[in-house]
Amino acid sequence: MIEFKNISKIFQSAGGPVKALDDISLHVPEGCIYGVIGSSGAGKSTLIRCANLLESPTEGEVRVAGQDLMKLSSAQLRTARRDIGMIFQHFNLLAGRTVYDNIALPLELAGKSAAAVESTILPLLKLVGLKDKQDSYPSQLSGGQKQRVAIARALASQPKVLLCDEATSALDPQTTASILNLLRDINKTLGLTILLITHEMDVVKSICDRVAILSQGQVIEENDVESFFLSPQTELAREFVRAAIHEKPAADISHQFRQEYEAGCRPVLHITFVGQTVVQPLITQAARICEVDFNILQADIETVHGKTMGFLMVDIEGEERHVQDAQAFLQKHNLQVEVVGYVS
Amino acid sequence: MSADAWALLGESLLETLYMVVVSGLVSAAIGIPLGVLLHVSRPGQILQRPVLNSVLGAVVNAARSVPFIILMVAIIPLTRLIAGTSIGTTAAIVPLSLASIPFVARIAEGALNEVPSGLVEAAESMGATPFQIVTRVMLPEALPGLINGMTLTLVTLVSYSAMAGAIGGGGLGDLGIRYGYQRFDPVIMIATVIVLIIVVQLIQSAGEKLQARCEHK
Repeated sequence: MIEFKNISKIFQSAGGPVKALDDISLHVPEGCIYGVIGSSGAGKSTLIRCANLLESPTEGEVRVAGQDLMKLSSAQLRTARRDIGMIFQHFNLLAGRTVYDNIALPLELAGKSAAAVESTILPLLKLVGLKDKQDSYPSQLSGGQKQRVAIARALASQPKVLLCDEATSALDPQTTASILNLLRDINKTLGLTILLITHEMDVVKSICDRVAILSQGQVIEENDVESFFLSPQTELAREFVRAAIHEKPAADISHQFRQEYEAGCRPVLHITFVGQTVVQPLITQAARICEVDFNILQADIETVHGKTMGFLMVDIEGEERHVQDAQAFLQKHNLQVEVVGYVS
Repeated sequence: MSADAWALLGESLLETLYMVVVSGLVSAAIGIPLGVLLHVSRPGQILQRPVLNSVLGAVVNAARSVPFIILMVAIIPLTRLIAGTSIGTTAAIVPLSLASIPFVARIAEGALNEVPSGLVEAAESMGATPFQIVTRVMLPEALPGLINGMTLTLVTLVSYSAMAGAIGGGGLGDLGIRYGYQRFDPVIMIATVIVLIIVVQLIQSAGEKLQARCEHK
């Protein structure tokens, strides 16, 4: 539905040219919620602005719904943009217009009649749960309500694609969750393709189907969300996953924790598994069969892409060959096992 | 104060209002579009034209640097061309308008600069044309600032119109100078000043009310 082919973007700044995007190719399939995650300055905002040419790539091709946007005239581009809704971190609602009139704006711009506007807006107000607020002004709304108005406005022209530029970054956690639920509902009920950028792994965890990591203008990793959480390939990806599962060795062992093996140290394993029911017997079986003891340092259960995933950090005590047997046993039973360090 | 004096005062008030209102309308009609042009032609804006922007900016600055009293005299030929005469209330409207156009343009530009760039970006993402962005987004969102600016302009025009009175433009300033200053009539002088104060107060509070009504903060 959205395709970036080898796009690069170079900004001319006072200190010379800056490469914001470096040869990025991404494909967002129809009906997918696609997340691009990265630290600030990684180029996320520039990338999402390329999807409707608010920012024109210096090189490359941008295709949305089969159209090569860069080949369009400015009039054709304006028409194409009606198929691409966009919501923003700071909502960007018009302060002088009521909720109703804000949602009506894209329809007015397209020259729709008042009757057509009304028949489009009423169901949208209902969809975003703001039926009783239609005559309020944005200043009378909470952040979450403002973003709901912005979503309704973006949907008014019945787009095929919705771009979300850090749409929940200005919201508190509860409000974020409700907005994410709304986005997922829209994705399911309208079959809308969503491309979102975020620096919050929680967003990716709760609604994305696929994810790409952007670092210094390049995509360094791209996968479906489940595989991404199970086996992140790059160090940055591992950091994001750890942040999402709030992983941090318990304070009382952190002073004994080391990266390199030293004689007499016990390995610390990071175990990832899908579905929590399988793990309990496996750990105790491994302990019994391989004659080792497990110390649970941290345990976390998360819902990722609608599936329950467990993240466990343990250290293993026992003879060296028994410890290796235990690791092999767990791996054999399809747990993701990774040695992340050692404790003495 | 004699009945004659009252009649004079009333007549002068009407002349002042006539000058202020007409030149206020003219300066809004020309100054606001000029302010829009100054804003949208800035580098990075929706119709960026850096050269045009610098030239326009320089012209506006030059026009604003000429003291009103000098401008009034300097453009007498132009005034005669437009108004048919260089003396009288209608003639005074020409320099008054000319002086306030660049003032309004800068005020409008400032009000438009205050419109968050995100709103323009949102409108662009909806497929708005530059004209639609100006008329549907920028101007309505800048309306409170524009009203504030026009209030300021009208108040300034009241005092400029008194200056225009000095060279035969009529109005309250003219009255104050001729009767109050040149004929040493303190009553008329004070009455003139009081009426001017009331006019300015009314303009200011009407402007503030209007601004409050269309601002939804």
